[in-house]
Amino acid sequence: MIAEIGQYALILALVLALVQTVLPAWGARTGDATLMSVATPVAYILFLFVGSAFAALVALYLTSDFSVVNVVDNSHSRMPTIYKITSTWGNHEGSMLLWVLVLALFGALVALFGGNLPERLKANVLAVQGSIAVAFLLFILFTSNPFLRIVPPPAEGADLNPVLQDPGLAIHPPLLYLGYVGLSISFAFAMAALMEGRIDAAWARWVRPWTLAAWVFLTLGIAMGSYWAYYELGWGGWWFWDPVENASLMPWLSATALLHSAVVMEKRDALKVWTVLLAILSFSLSLIGTFLVRSGVLTSVHAFATDPARGVFILVILSVFVGGGLALFALRAGELKQGGLFAPVSREGALVLNNLFLTAATAAVFVGTLYPLALEAVTGDKITVGPPFFNLTFGGLMLPLVFAMPFGPLLAWKRGDLPGVAQRLMVAAGIAVVAAVVTAAAEDRGPVLAPVVLGIAVFVMLGALTDLAERAGVGRVSARVNLRRIVGLPRSAFGTALAHFGIGVCLIGIVCESSWSLEKIAAMRVGETITIGAHDLTLTRMENRTGPNFHARVAVFGIREGGVSQGEVVSGKRLFTARQMATTESGIRTFGFSQLYVAIGDETPDGQVSVRMTWKPLVTLIWLGTVVMAMGGLLSLADRRLRVGAPKPARRRVSPVPAE
Amino acid sequence: MRLRLLLLLCALLMGGAAHAVQPDEVLSDPALEARARDLSRELRCMVCQNQSIDDSDAPLARDLRVLVRERLKSGDSDAQVLDYLVSRYGEFVLMRPVFSWRNALLWGAPVIVLVLGAGLAVTMMRRRREMVAPAPLTADEEARLARLMAAAPPEDGRP
Repeated sequence: MIAEIGQYALILALVLALVQTVLPAWGARTGDATLMSVATPVAYILFLFVGSAFAALVALYLTSDFSVVNVVDNSHSRMPTIYKITSTWGNHEGSMLLWVLVLALFGALVALFGGNLPERLKANVLAVQGSIAVAFLLFILFTSNPFLRIVPPPAEGADLNPVLQDPGLAIHPPLLYLGYVGLSISFAFAMAALMEGRIDAAWARWVRPWTLAAWVFLTLGIAMGSYWAYYELGWGGWWFWDPVENASLMPWLSATALLHSAVVMEKRDALKVWTVLLAILSFSLSLIGTFLVRSGVLTSVHAFATDPARGVFILVILSVFVGGGLALFALRAGELKQGGLFAPVSREGALVLNNLFLTAATAAVFVGTLYPLALEAVTGDKITVGPPFFNLTFGGLMLPLVFAMPFGPLLAWKRGDLPGVAQRLMVAAGIAVVAAVVTAAAEDRGPVLAPVVLGIAVFVMLGALTDLAERAGVGRVSARVNLRRIVGLPRSAFGTALAHFGIGVCLIGIVCESSWSLEKIAAMRVGETITIGAHDLTLTRMENRTGPNFHARVAVFGIREGGVSQGEVVSGKRLFTARQMATTESGIRTFGFSQLYVAIGDETPDGQVSVRMTWKPLVTLIWLGTVVMAMGGLLSLADRRLRVGAPKPARRRVSPVPAE
Repeated sequence: MRLRLLLLLCALLMGGAAHAVQPDEVLSDPALEARARDLSRELRCMVCQNQSIDDSDAPLARDLRVLVRERLKSGDSDAQVLDYLVSRYGEFVLMRPVFSWRNALLWGAPVIVLVLGAGLAVTMMRRRREMVAPAPLTADEEARLARLMAAAPPEDGRP
């Protein structure tokens, strides 16, 4: 019964999405206020129905209803309740339903918070949103229906892929989808602006919070996925340049560029055409990401859907929205009037530079991800584009950008004073150089470039603080005035500083982990000790443990530092009985910002176990840095100007005013 | 045995279990071992998806790791080891695509985007400035303007 309710709710949702697409858009075209006003309530009800369908699927999983194929394939009656819930979206069908749920949620939010939007803009935005919902609901109903029954129902399910039986699944996909799909709002706003052929600074102010929110979710989602892979896949890497990772990185890069160009548009009325194009590109990259992951065109560690029929369907969706978006852009972009002027050296100029490098970096990731596919399709030759390519091209583009980052916020709008800004960054640069030199002197291992990158990271962090200090007038006015000015700064100023600071933090983690990790590989017997850096690890015992749906074999290590016990670290393997699949459970102990990472391999018949242990200096900064960046985004989002909403653009007098 | 086999299979399917380099593979000379590890990261495990032989648990990856170490022990340079593997397995084995005309678009794309983008930005900026600050009027135009100003009633026709 529940499955049928879910199915019915989905069909009704499809009809509602059609209504939301057609009527408001028609109303906006003909100027019919009644038709336009349909959009808001329909967006709410669409969310209600997609939500019901989703709730139905969750209920099927919770009750382990094995008469439904999707539940049979991805669940097991003995799984812990939390994984019964998360396995709802730990499979292709369910994750697509989650995608549409997030889409409907964003539509409802636009309807809710869009009270101060011009009627026509709101109707068009919701219509575009509705059309995306139509496409994806069709996709679900025709190729990926999660509510199909099976006769006769088996007694037990096949269990969820063990790698996914992790709290990470509860957080990573929802966050990532909130990010991916959040960009659909920016896309819808861009489409609406092109349909009307009109765009202004107020538009940028409406779009920015949505993009910012999507960016925050995407940042956290990517970071969460990275940490999940780090502790679950068991070889201690945190970024693999896997196509599926690249699929989430590309929209992030593009959305980052969009955020910055939207600032120029909001403040200075410039870069309009480019901002609209970026909004289209960002969501297109989200769709491409969905396509890459869902179609199985790239079979990689993450891809758990391989069905060409679905691939073709998604490809059609992709062409319609990306092609349609770009075609509308080509037709109408010329009508968008350009605004404010600026000199090359200015805040606007710096933001253009930011966009240039972010776009080139996106292109590097895009080409690197798709080139092997294209080459094989065209010539039949197979090549590999692996991490060395991305580290070189992406890294080579990001380093100059990151180095230039502290200059941007300090430059004035319209015309900046570069020598003046450089002078104000002298303190930050001086400390950064000292940090680099000290590191180079202290570390005799690792690449020559590593201390330089570390210096740049320190420069970025201090540069962000310099920006705040400059705004507070530190050194120019009394401490009391400094404090008053700091308190009076808009939250977006703190947001910018915090986000930029976070990039520095993240970069320190990256350079330290990749340059100065220590690794030991050994075959150990119980009682043996291995020294790694300042820590001695003793294999104290091997044990068998039993979980609800798995058996585990674990190695327990005692950690001592300078003879003092620092507790234990447990590293093991799990064998999941239903699928007969194994996962690694790496042992991780955090000391300050650094981590000791222990993974065990096979045991030999004579009682030896192979052990790989790694000391990863400051590795947690990689993820802490991204959290700081996301907090910066949230702080900006809380800025009064964005909460209050955009002011109505002042009506320009059309009639000629007689001169005095 | 069956369990081991299954574990191995899973390791293959899931993209690697615990770790790749086994203790018995490690060379006694740390400098040579470090070179072997660096080379391993540049070589692809061809039966895996996007994994270097340094990360992979597959038997083929193990064979390649042992092979790399043997070549290094016999005195090959890093380049010689890579050349040997390419001659045996083709370019597919390299994680870093070679610089060649076939890969020109791959390596060139970021640079092309950067250069074209910069060119476009500069052109747009220049054109905008010229549009807003037009060239000064010629003597002819000045005279015509003066004539028109004298003839027409005072009106500000700007929209």
